[in-house]
Amino acid sequence: MALAFDEYGRPFIILKEQDQKTRLRGLEAQKANISAGKAVARILRTSLGPKGMDKILQSPDGDVTITNDGATILEQMDVDNQIAKLMVELSRSQDYEIGDGTTGVVVMAGALLEQAERLLERGIHPIRIAEGYEMASRIAVEHLEHISKKFDFGATNIEPLVQTCMTTLSSKIVNRCKRHLAEISVKAVLSVADLERKDVNLDMIKVEGKVGGKLEDTELIYGITVDKDMSHPQMPKQIEDAKIAILTCPFEPPKPKTKHKVDIDTVEKFQTLRLQEQKYFDDMVQKCKDVGATLVICQWGFDDEANHLLMHRNLPAVRWVGGVELELIAIATGGRIVPRFQELTTEKLGRAGLVREKSFGTTKDKMLYIEHCANSRAVTIFIRGGNKMMIEETKRSIHDALCVARNLIRNNSIVYGGGSAEISCSIAVEAAADKYPGVEQYAIRAFADALDSVPMALAENSGLQPIETLSAVKSQQIKENNPHYGIDCNDVGTNDMRQQDVFETLIGKQQQILLATQVVKMILKIDDVISPSDY
Amino acid sequence: MAIEKIFKDDASEEKGERARMASFVGAIAITDLVKTTLGPKGMDKILQSTGRGHGVTVTNDGATILKSLHIDNPAAKVLIDISKVQDDEVGDGTTSVVVLAGELLREAEKLVAAKIHPMTIISGYRMAAECARNALLQRVADNKGSAEKFRSDLMKIAMTTLSSKILSQDKVYFAQLAVDAVMRLKGSTNLEAIQIIKKPGGSLRDSFLDEGFILDKKIGLGQPKRIENAKILVANTAMDTDKVKIYGARVRVDSMSKVAEIEGAEKEKMREKVQKIIAHGINCFVNRQLIYNFPEELFADAGVLAIEHADFDGIERLALVTGGEIASTFDNPESVKLGHCDLIEEIMIGEDKLIHFSGVEMGQACTIVLRGASHHVLDEAERSLHDALCVLSQTVNDTRVLFGGGWPEMVMAKEVDELARKTPGKKSHAIEAFSRALVAIPTIIADNAGLDSADLVAQLRAAHHKEGCNAGIDVISGSVGDMADLGISESFKVKQAVLLSATEAAEMILRVDEIITCAPRQREDRM
Repeated sequence: MALAFDEYGRPFIILKEQDQKTRLRGLEAQKANISAGKAVARILRTSLGPKGMDKILQSPDGDVTITNDGATILEQMDVDNQIAKLMVELSRSQDYEIGDGTTGVVVMAGALLEQAERLLERGIHPIRIAEGYEMASRIAVEHLEHISKKFDFGATNIEPLVQTCMTTLSSKIVNRCKRHLAEISVKAVLSVADLERKDVNLDMIKVEGKVGGKLEDTELIYGITVDKDMSHPQMPKQIEDAKIAILTCPFEPPKPKTKHKVDIDTVEKFQTLRLQEQKYFDDMVQKCKDVGATLVICQWGFDDEANHLLMHRNLPAVRWVGGVELELIAIATGGRIVPRFQELTTEKLGRAGLVREKSFGTTKDKMLYIEHCANSRAVTIFIRGGNKMMIEETKRSIHDALCVARNLIRNNSIVYGGGSAEISCSIAVEAAADKYPGVEQYAIRAFADALDSVPMALAENSGLQPIETLSAVKSQQIKENNPHYGIDCNDVGTNDMRQQDVFETLIGKQQQILLATQVVKMILKIDDVISPSDY
Repeated sequence: MAIEKIFKDDASEEKGERARMASFVGAIAITDLVKTTLGPKGMDKILQSTGRGHGVTVTNDGATILKSLHIDNPAAKVLIDISKVQDDEVGDGTTSVVVLAGELLREAEKLVAAKIHPMTIISGYRMAAECARNALLQRVADNKGSAEKFRSDLMKIAMTTLSSKILSQDKVYFAQLAVDAVMRLKGSTNLEAIQIIKKPGGSLRDSFLDEGFILDKKIGLGQPKRIENAKILVANTAMDTDKVKIYGARVRVDSMSKVAEIEGAEKEKMREKVQKIIAHGINCFVNRQLIYNFPEELFADAGVLAIEHADFDGIERLALVTGGEIASTFDNPESVKLGHCDLIEEIMIGEDKLIHFSGVEMGQACTIVLRGASHHVLDEAERSLHDALCVLSQTVNDTRVLFGGGWPEMVMAKEVDELARKTPGKKSHAIEAFSRALVAIPTIIADNAGLDSADLVAQLRAAHHKEGCNAGIDVISGSVGDMADLGISESFKVKQAVLLSATEAAEMILRVDEIITCAPRQREDRM
C-alpha cells in the first residue's frame, strides 16, 4: 500500500509499517462497508415478525443459546468486521433505550444501506445521500406522530397494555401462552409503576427462572424469591407476619480492618478470650431477638455456633443472600439494610406477611418466597419451562414485554403494527420527496423504498408473496386514506391492524427510524479504510 | 471486493436448509443412540470415562447416558437438556422424552422435505399436543380415595418402572421396598430422607429396607457397643482443638512452662465442653466433625457412645429420624431437644460394621441397603431404585395414574388422528405426523423386545378403535394384552411431562433457521 509517490514512482513511507497495511478508498470503501452492513442485516431479516425463525448460537465455550431477539443474536455473534460492529452497537442502543424492536432497527438500516448503494452507483455524493436520508427521517418521524393514537388505560383498564405486550410476545417462542405472559408483564409493570411521574423502575421487577414444569405455570409473585434455604435444616419452613432483620455483617467474631494481634501468654488471657468469644455470639443473637426480629437475612455466612444459637432461640435465618436480592428485599419489606449489630433497631426491620420455603422436583432444590410485603412495589416474575434454553428465551421475551409496557406508561401514544406504520410513512415520504429540489430528492425516495423493506420482510417470513402483498396493502392505504392497513401475518383474514389489535409504541418506532438513519449516515461518510493486513 | 467476512476466524455460520439439516441429523442421532434402551427389554450401554482410571458405568438410564456424552451439535444439546430436566423434575421417563422429541423431529423432517413451512408444522404440533394431553386427562384413573387401591397403584407403577431396569428380576421385591419407603415420607418429596447404602457382596435379593436408620460409621474404641433406650445428642461442633475464633489471636509465650499451662487450659476447656455435653443426660453423642482421642476417651469414661465424622446428610437424616436438634452450643441443656431411639447396636453387613438405630421416634426417614455382586450392579441398582422412588413420590402428590405398555401413546394417537381429520389446511399433515411419532414409541418397545412390531402395533391400533379399551403391548408373552389385568401402570405426571417437554424441544429446534458457531475458546494445552 502506498499513499504518495515521488517523481520516480517510489513510494513515500508515511504510515508506520506502511507496506503491511491495506487500504480501501472512495467508492470501493463505501461498497465494502455497505456489504458488511447488509450481511448483518440479512442474518436478522428472517427473525422479523410473528413467523420469524430462531437462531442457534454456540458460544466459545460450547453453550447453546436459541433466540430470535435481535440484540441477543448480534451480541453473541462474535463479529470481527468494524462496520458489522457498528450494527451490533445499533441494535444494542435500541435495546437499552426502548427494549423492543432490536431486529427491526437492523433490518431498516440494512435496507437503507442497500438503497444507498444504488444511489452511489449513479454517482450521487454520499453526503448528499446522507442529507437526503436525514430529511426523510424527519418527515417519517413527524408523520408517525401524526398517525399515532393516544389511548387511555388505568389500574383497572389494562387491556390496551396487554394487547401491546402481546404484539411484542407474538414474535417469540413463547407465543403459545402470550396472553398469560402479557398479563403478567403488565401487572408487574403496573405494580411498580409511578403513574404520577409516569416512570417505571424496571429494577424492581425481578425475573427468575427455574427449569421444570411448563410455561403455563409461570407466575407473578407479589414479593421476592430468593434461591436460598434456611441456614439450619430444622428451622421453621413458614413464617407468618415476619419481621425481618436485613444484615450485611456476618455472625462471626469481628474482624477489624486494621492489622492487629491478640497475644495469649497466660492462662487467664486464654480463658477470658474464650468467654469473650462466647459472649460475642450470644450478644449478636440476643440483639436480633431484642428488637423483635422473627427472621434474619444475612449477606454473609454464619459460624456453626451462631447457627445453632439462632436455631435455639427460634430465630430462623438465611445466609449468603446476594447484594442485589438484599436490596430488593429491603425495598419490598420496607426494612433497612443494617451493617452493624449495634445499629439494629425495631424501626429498621422489614415486614412481610408470609415467608415460606418451597421445594421443587426430585432434587434438593429449594426457594424462599417472601410475600405480602409491607411495600408491594417489588415483584418477581417466576418462569417455569421445559429446558434451560426455553427459560432463557422466555426471560428475554418478558424483558421485551416489560420494556414495552414501561414505554407505554411513559408515553401512551401508539402506532399500529404489522408494517402498517412503515407503509404509511413510506407513502408520506414518497409524496414529500417531489417537493424537494436537488439531488436529495432521490435519496428521499430511496428512503421511502427502504421503509417498505420491513413490511416486505414480514410478508416474506409469513410465507406470503412479498411484492404482491405489499403493493395491495399500499394501494389500499392510499385509496381509503387509512394508515391502519398492514401485513396479515397470522392469516386472520383482515389486514386492518386495528381489528387485529396489533400495535407498537410510538417512541419505539420513532427511535428505530432515527437510530437506523444515524448509523447509515455514519457508514456513508467513511471513504477510507486503512486496516492492518493479516499477520 | 467480495463480501467481507464479518465473523472472527474459525467462527462458522450455517443457514436455512443446511442449518435445519444439521439440527435434525444431530437430534435424530441422539435419539437412535438411546432408542435401544427403551422398554422392559431395552439394552444397556457401557460408558467409559476419559478421566483417570477410565471408570466404567453400565446403565440403561437415559439421563445418565446422555449426561456423560460430550456433544458438539447444538440441537443434540437441547435434547440432553430436556432429559436432564425430566430427571430433576419427575425422575423417570428420561429416555422416552428424548425418543419422542427425536421422533417428532424425524416426522418434521419429512414434512419440511414436502415443502411445508416449519411454522405450520409447529402450530400443528401445538394443537396435537394439547389434544393429546386432553385425551390423557379423560382416561386417567385416580384412586386417591381408597388407600388400599392407591397402594396397589403405586406397586404397579413401581413394578413398571423397575421392569426396564436391572432390578427386573426381583421387581416385586424392590417395588415393595420402594413403596414402603415412599409411604413413610407421608407426601413429602424430600428423597434425602431415604438413604441408600450400597455394600458389595451377596445378591440383589439380600437387599432390605430398614425401618430405623443405619449410619455407615464405627463406634469409638472402648465404648459400649449396644445401648438400649438411647438418648442421642446430634451435634455439629469442633471436638478436635477448639480454636479461638477471634481474629488475629495467637499464642505467644516466653517459657516452656507457660506452654504447658496453656496446653493445660486448653485441655481443661475441652474437658469442660465434654462435661457440658454429658450433662445433657445423654448416652450417645454424634458429631459431624472429628472427635480427637482425648474427648473420645472422656466420653468412653462416662459410658457415652461417641460417633465422629458423620457427614452432613447423615447428621440431617439422623436429626430427622430421632427428632433431636442439631446442636453447636451446650450451655443450656434443659432446652436442647434430644433424640431418642430404643436401641443402638453395631451390626455387620457383609464385612463392614455399621451402626444401627432402631425404634426411632419419627418414622419419616429410612434406609435401604443394597447388596449386589459388583459395584457396577450396585450403581445401576441405585439409579433404578432412585427412578422408582422419584416416580412414586411424585405420584403420591399427583395421584392420577395411567396404564403403561404403550397404552397412553395409542390413546393419544387415536385422538390426535381424529383431530387431524377435522382440521382443514396444511396443519393437518403436521397433526398426523404427531400421531405417527406417538405410535413410534410402542413400535420401538416392541422392536427392542425382538417382536414383530408392525403386526403388534397394527393389532393394538385395531384394539384401540373400541371405546374404553385397555390394550397395550405385553412384552413378556409377545402379544397384545389387557394392561389392567397385567397391572402395568404409569404415573400421569411423568407422561404429561414427557409429552410437553418433548413437544417444546421439538418446536424449539424446528424454529431454527440459522446456526452461528463462535470460534472455540483457545485453551492452553495441558499435556
